[in-house]
Amino acid sequence: MTSQGDTPVGTLLQPPRAARRLRRGRPSRWLWLAAAAILAPALVPFGMLLARTLANAGRAVGIAVSARTLELVVNSAILVLSVSASAAAIGIGAAWLTERTDIPFRRLWRVIAALPLVIPSYVIALALISAGGASGIVADLVGLQLPVLRGWPGAWVALTISTYPFVYLTVSVTLRRIDPSHEEAARGLGASPARVFRTVVLPQLRPSAGAGVLLAALYTLSDFGAVSLMQFDVFTRVVYAQYAGRLDRVPAAVLATLLVLFAVGVLLVEQRTRGRAAYHSPTPSRPATRAAIGPRSTTVALGSLGFLAFVSLVLPLGTLVAWVVRGSATGPAPTIDWGATAGSISGSFLAALVAVAASIPVAMLVTRHPSRASAWTERISYAVFALPHITVALGMVFFASRFLGGLYQSLTLMVLVYASIFFAQALGSTRAALIRVDPSLEEASRSLGRGHLRTLAGVTIPLIWRGLLAGGMLVFLTTMKELPATLLLRPTGFDTLAVRIWSAAGDLLYARAAAPALILVVVSAVPMYLLATRDPT
Amino acid sequence: MRTSTPIRTLLVLVVLALVATACSDDDGGPLTVYSGRNEELVGPLLDRFTDETGIEIEVRYGDSPELAATIREEGTNSPADVFFAQDPASLGAVAELLTPLPGSIVELVPARFSDATDRWVGVSGRSRVVVYDTRDVDAAELPDSVFDLTDPVWHGRVAVAPTNGSFVAFVAAMILTDGEDRTREWLEAMAAAGAPTYPKNSVIVAAVDDGEVDAGLVNHYYLFRRIAELGDVEAANHFLAGGPGALVMPAGVGILATTDQEADAQRFVEFLLSQEAQQYFSDETFEYPLLPGVAADPALPPIETLAQPDIDLSALAGALDRATDLIAEAGLL
Repeated sequence: MTSQGDTPVGTLLQPPRAARRLRRGRPSRWLWLAAAAILAPALVPFGMLLARTLANAGRAVGIAVSARTLELVVNSAILVLSVSASAAAIGIGAAWLTERTDIPFRRLWRVIAALPLVIPSYVIALALISAGGASGIVADLVGLQLPVLRGWPGAWVALTISTYPFVYLTVSVTLRRIDPSHEEAARGLGASPARVFRTVVLPQLRPSAGAGVLLAALYTLSDFGAVSLMQFDVFTRVVYAQYAGRLDRVPAAVLATLLVLFAVGVLLVEQRTRGRAAYHSPTPSRPATRAAIGPRSTTVALGSLGFLAFVSLVLPLGTLVAWVVRGSATGPAPTIDWGATAGSISGSFLAALVAVAASIPVAMLVTRHPSRASAWTERISYAVFALPHITVALGMVFFASRFLGGLYQSLTLMVLVYASIFFAQALGSTRAALIRVDPSLEEASRSLGRGHLRTLAGVTIPLIWRGLLAGGMLVFLTTMKELPATLLLRPTGFDTLAVRIWSAAGDLLYARAAAPALILVVVSAVPMYLLATRDPT
Repeated sequence: MRTSTPIRTLLVLVVLALVATACSDDDGGPLTVYSGRNEELVGPLLDRFTDETGIEIEVRYGDSPELAATIREEGTNSPADVFFAQDPASLGAVAELLTPLPGSIVELVPARFSDATDRWVGVSGRSRVVVYDTRDVDAAELPDSVFDLTDPVWHGRVAVAPTNGSFVAFVAAMILTDGEDRTREWLEAMAAAGAPTYPKNSVIVAAVDDGEVDAGLVNHYYLFRRIAELGDVEAANHFLAGGPGALVMPAGVGILATTDQEADAQRFVEFLLSQEAQQYFSDETFEYPLLPGVAADPALPPIETLAQPDIDLSALAGALDRATDLIAEAGLL
């Protein structure tokens, strides 16, 4: 990774703030049309939710001020704050150890620390739940009955594992980029490594760590699968319960609207934090020297990282494997559900394709024609990505069942919603690639008589091909893991791995949930591996 | 024009994707069934229907109230042909969107398990029971009425599944038998007693069997499924003696008035009431078959011996959302 903005994960975590100033005439109307088309499937549902809430304003107020809603707000806030705190501590700690100390196997630890990104939160929750208890896998293997994690503790642990990599990645990238001379000066003056970290490094990390933590907070607020399996009553879980359990859809719509408002609040804090830029110079003059932390501290550091790897990777994946083995011993051997696997892969692939295709015109708009409106287009696509997907899905169900006729419950509609909510990932990647293409190349092509489209196909796309691929893989990866929008919008008879895991885990059929969960992790690991090992230049 | 390899690849992929999407959106063919019954329970049976009749079906699984609300929302646009629901309340909620069934079908099962206006017909029955942990609870101390579960002896020991369709339907039945005030009192007492809540009946049965909680209000058959799966269990069923807690509730099926495949839809309903399907409910899901002459599992008390509250199942729908409100207001949801 050379610089944060150039890598796919980096662009996702922290989109570049301002495009290079390049005013090359007015943007074609087609570019705006593309932006509207890709964002509409996510924005229309918000309008629908709002309309439905306002149409029932009296009841909406009643629901909004009820004790039950207050409880949801408190629970959601407790979960977001606790996960943010633990994700920050683990993410920053792990980043410092792997980037600034001389502990052994640093390259390996770097990979391990980012790996939980390929495991969906609900799979981690499933593993934690099915490991403990009298009939849990740990009791089965070693006879030790662990407590079953449920409620807040369970949701907190599962989501900490799922979100600390966001902090880890932003912080470790920043650590690689900040000027090491301050640290060296402090160390030269006799400060201990811990003191250097506290007084010199940490203040410089604050912007990037803040961005990572806020991402973790938004992820936590949006999470549906883990909190549901852990039975912790936060907004997302209750919105779904109201949707599934009642004939009347108004309470679900009202609570979803409240959730959107809550998330927008967090998002505004995030936007404000992002506004305050980083302290680091764009390219450090040289790599930082690593602190020698001594044999005892090294043991502690290795122990901590080992424990982290055990809890976030070995335990979840080991539990799943053990359930598959146990399942094949007691019942019919678990089989690969080809239908669900194909459903997951095809849905995610189509979503990636649509998102990447749409990202080309929108990235052109943002990089080649920067304006207030194009900056808002970009900001809105990030907001859509960050807001809870269950709200988009619910609004879309309302809208499509009334107004979309044949598109309702169709694969096309589900793919469009996927592409819309994950569009920011493709846009970030395409934009980063496009920014490095000299517009004069395109102008040369056009002045030689090629039209806009042929220039795009013959000149621009070949130059940004790798960026498109990276963005596509990111969209593929996140769509594979998506659960609530899939549950609400999937075509009748269409199965995905996420749905299989959800339905089996809900019935406590852990052996049956474990096999699709493992397949999901393996399939997700492929694009993640390609993204991580890809030469970023 | 010479295009580069990447752009050509991209074009090919886009075309393939469009073709794949277009093909999958063909919605003319198969019979669309909205099933509020769990896929684990009825999936294999529905597969047999296709095997025997050659009629392809597409099943949308969900919770019964969810699918009923979906059908109401879809109105005349509904893609559904058949609604196979867990409880009479969900069927009643969409009764005006269902087409009356022929007498030859409705007459197959006892009249009390079907809609008064023939819009839906009962398929299989299940009784509400108290499942309990035999290690911690003595069968003799279990009460006869669900109203006695608010006694301090049971505080925090009886689990409920407040979001579950069967539980909500049971509360709706309680509204019909004992009135709204008494129902609210009962729910508030259960909430005040700290009744543990679970998402589903099956989860309660597992929790009771694992010793996590002493007892729970569930449908009778989850225990038998667990016995079939694990062989040996510590949990047992207690059948209540009358009142809403003893209600035998039918799962039922109806045909959407907007269907364009009414003949196939009727064959589907007839199939669910065939000897074969009824035997499946008895053998595989441990429910009460409603077709006279098909015997229930011998481990179950005969359906005739279960004391029933006197309510009209067609009226259950009217009380369903009221039940959900009361559950939420009591703080259980």
